[in-house]
Amino acid sequence: MKITDDTIEEHGLTRQEYERIVDGLGGREPNITELGVFSVMWSEHCSYKSSRIHLKKLPSEGDCVIEGPGENAGVIDIGDGLAVAFKMESHNHPSFIEPFQGAATGVGGILRDVFTMGARPVALLNSLRFGAPENAKTAYLLEGAVAGIAGYGNCMGIPTVGGEVAFHESYNGNCLVNAMTVGVLKADKIFKGNASGIGNPVMYVGSRTGRDGIHGATMASDVFGEGGEERRPTVQVGDPFTEKLLLEACLEVFKTDHVVGVQDMGAAGLTSSSIEMASRAGTGIDIDVKDVPRREEGMTPYEILLSESQERMLFVLKIGSEAAVREIFKKWDLEAVVIGEVTGTGRVIIREGEEVVADMPVDTLTDAAPVYNRPIKRPDSQDELNRLDMDSISLPTDYNETLLSLLASLNIASKEWVYEQYDHMVRTDTLVMPGSDAAVVRIKGTTKALAMSVDCNSRYCYLDPFTGAAIAVAEAARNVSVSGAKPLAITDCLNFGNPERPEVMWQFEQAILGIREASLKLGVPVISGNVSLYNETSGTAIYPTPTIGAVGLIEDSLKVTTQYFKDAGDVIVLLGENLEELGGSEYLKVTRGLDKGMCPVLDLDKELALQEACREAILSGIIKSAHDISIGGLAVAIAKSALNPKGAVGAEVNVADSNTKEGIRNDALLFGETQSRVILTLKESDLEALSVIAKANGVPFKAIGHVGGDRLKINGLIDIPLGEVSLKWKSMIKNFVA
Amino acid sequence: MKFGIVVFPGSNCDHDCYHAAKHVMGQEAEYIWHKTTSLKGFDCIVFPGGFSYGDYLRTGAIAKFSPVLKEIKKFADNGGLVLGICNGFQILCETGLLPGVLMRNSGLKFICKDVGLRVENVNTPFTKLYEEGQLLDIPIAHADGNYFADAETLKSLSGNGQIILRYATKDGDVDASANPNGSVGNIAGITNKEKNVFGLMPHPERAMEASLGGTDGYAFFESIVKVVS
Amino acid sequence: MSIKVKIYVTLKEGVLDPQGRAVVGALGALDFKGVEDLRIGKFMELKVDTESKEAAEQEARRMCEELLANPVIEDFRVEVE
Repeated sequence: MKITDDTIEEHGLTRQEYERIVDGLGGREPNITELGVFSVMWSEHCSYKSSRIHLKKLPSEGDCVIEGPGENAGVIDIGDGLAVAFKMESHNHPSFIEPFQGAATGVGGILRDVFTMGARPVALLNSLRFGAPENAKTAYLLEGAVAGIAGYGNCMGIPTVGGEVAFHESYNGNCLVNAMTVGVLKADKIFKGNASGIGNPVMYVGSRTGRDGIHGATMASDVFGEGGEERRPTVQVGDPFTEKLLLEACLEVFKTDHVVGVQDMGAAGLTSSSIEMASRAGTGIDIDVKDVPRREEGMTPYEILLSESQERMLFVLKIGSEAAVREIFKKWDLEAVVIGEVTGTGRVIIREGEEVVADMPVDTLTDAAPVYNRPIKRPDSQDELNRLDMDSISLPTDYNETLLSLLASLNIASKEWVYEQYDHMVRTDTLVMPGSDAAVVRIKGTTKALAMSVDCNSRYCYLDPFTGAAIAVAEAARNVSVSGAKPLAITDCLNFGNPERPEVMWQFEQAILGIREASLKLGVPVISGNVSLYNETSGTAIYPTPTIGAVGLIEDSLKVTTQYFKDAGDVIVLLGENLEELGGSEYLKVTRGLDKGMCPVLDLDKELALQEACREAILSGIIKSAHDISIGGLAVAIAKSALNPKGAVGAEVNVADSNTKEGIRNDALLFGETQSRVILTLKESDLEALSVIAKANGVPFKAIGHVGGDRLKINGLIDIPLGEVSLKWKSMIKNFVA
Repeated sequence: MKFGIVVFPGSNCDHDCYHAAKHVMGQEAEYIWHKTTSLKGFDCIVFPGGFSYGDYLRTGAIAKFSPVLKEIKKFADNGGLVLGICNGFQILCETGLLPGVLMRNSGLKFICKDVGLRVENVNTPFTKLYEEGQLLDIPIAHADGNYFADAETLKSLSGNGQIILRYATKDGDVDASANPNGSVGNIAGITNKEKNVFGLMPHPERAMEASLGGTDGYAFFESIVKVVS
Repeated sequence: MSIKVKIYVTLKEGVLDPQGRAVVGALGALDFKGVEDLRIGKFMELKVDTESKEAAEQEARRMCEELLANPVIEDFRVEVE
């Protein structure tokens, strides 16, 4: 088949990129199969061509880091010979097209990324963003994505323990589905995507290959047709049952010493897994597509190489171990077939029987992929966006009403409807269920537990991508800290618009720099991540959304603390300082419809001190509850602490004479989203001990009230029966989807 | 005593049941691969929760053809104790070891949360250590827990004291507000006539340690241990 | 010979079908009035290699009795082409 300009364009390649391919092939034009392989290897998704130069700025080193970015997932050391592998990944576009399958296969993909490292997945988290509630598609997408995540994770028997769900009109045409998996493994038994050892067999394992997911741009029937073949659906369908078998079988195989390297076949399937494995090892790979198990008849090498059929893995084994490994997969009713071998040629050679159908240098496909330093420009509108005339914003006339309307905002309202669909208890390790700041999962056979949280406030990132991204890191770490755990590392999922627009690249660069600063200061290296660009519809990009997933360790799981008030009579303490900040708040959005002003400032020294003080207090055993103040501000934080799922308990709080600066507005005091603040509760008799810890860490400290009663009373401005608060907060999402 | 935990392709609460039997109860426990044909040495067989064969076709429908089922039927016929939790309950119904069937939840969605239960019969090897009418909080986690049986079957279940657990409110009322999934008569767990085969939708193995939120499920396992020893 | 067999598995009369009920509700919301009842079932298409249509039908019925339908709640119907 002749490669025309149209063919090149359909493959999403530019003319310059095509010429680069011809160069890379020593002046020879690629055939259609080779063009297909290049197009996926050089796609934004696989090559990170727009983001790579920026991603290099992210700090990925630290004492606990065993594997940084570049492998299937990052790995950190948690002591006593144990390690934790984790990563977050997006599945945005497929979820918008078909929310159930899109979200389900997103979960399947990130699970494979983690268990290919040799880890047993112990927790799933996710970050979901949908359009405005009034948008016609929002409820449909929410229901579908949640059901898809539930369908996959529940069947796998891995608890979905945490996450976030947010709604904003910027996602009307592009929902975000970011999924994160955390797994536990032995620190000296980590498997990598490495095709080393010339002559070693390459084994294909798992589901058969069908035509699903072959990249949309190349679907035109004239490319493939032997007579007007119909267009194939590109939606991939997940099979969690097969993945569960794959998980158990792989973990069993990993116990042997037969495995040299392993990688899952995710995006770009067999192509990227084989080529990336050869690239990491500096070897070559020979594959015969005739040996690849297929689900459909008449598949071309092009289709077999580019198929994104789910639940498949590629193993490189030691010579002679094929039969033993095949036996284990057979026990789990899985197909395992040798389809090729590792070579020393530095080339990837694809055969169909006798015929060579593709022959390309590995390094041209990977290291020599194009890298773009795209133009960057701060949007002209940014100054106006950041302007907020506080005098034009009148104070609320009824603070009760304001608090209730904030609790009723879908961004703040209880996500019970969502997480009740997830099996969040399977594996009997979940110490802190969804709903509290961080989820906590114990590790059986040890006293250790892992705390984890996923966070991003994209409105902040829109107003100031640098600070917004830094706050995402700070908040994820803070959520981990208030559970009593020390944050160890983070993963990021960077969701942005079209990188060919300089304003989007400005947001991207700023966000990277913000993550970098917070990551360095808070000591949480970025050990894995994913970039999702082109999230925009008809020229309107989503708000920049650099989602951060943090994982922390607590050595003594008995010390774990939740955000919920416990006993009447306990003192409520505020750590941190209230500033007059309303820019970017949910309050402005809910009451005025505004996404405006400066987002809250973040002082990373204060943040670090706050988190350290918090952990120290929790580990000293005096703290009964700890809750980070975030979206909705102080009043919302107190309300959510009061709504203990094991029995709500009221509170009376007076912050007027607290750490407040003089002249601060009441709405800013109650609903402003100033950073680096935490509410703690403890026995009156432990107050002195806490004040010593706060002072030693230089953290502002003030007792602001008491737990008790069945009402929420704040500053003489708010006085509502707890029942009313609970009803409002709990019913909103249920009513929304009904 | 020795618990045997049956593992089907797709079982996923097998580890949890093993942990409960072995580490929480301190008893012997062993996994039983579904192709096994000998059950020598086991005192109680546990069918754990999960999605055996992906729950494809119907929950539990394919698992019933596993080789181990023949042996377990013999084991049960000889009076051996068989406990089926969640997907295990579904399998016991499909095999006919227990009457009735578990259909899709009336709300159509998977539900994972603590529910209130009332113990209806304590004269069984599984509930010996509870009190009649005792109220429990135990999590459920299923999409197909809507128990159904025809009127005649229900009558005999009730007459023989085979209904062991019903969904109930905090005050012990068995009413629609306490019914999470549409089960007929709020039924959450039943036994066979001989009371040696017990199936329930709630997960007692998730409610055996205070750190996980509650211990109301402990006495099911404790009753078994007491009866066997 | 290869024979195509169609199998319909439906809920028995009297067994509640919440899925069907939800769909009736949704149709009503879309202004399709007058839908009195809707039952959701399963449709399976098999290719069976047997010597006759009768044999294929018999075989399919046995499959239904043993696995494809649960007699407690489901009825089935077999069609041979």
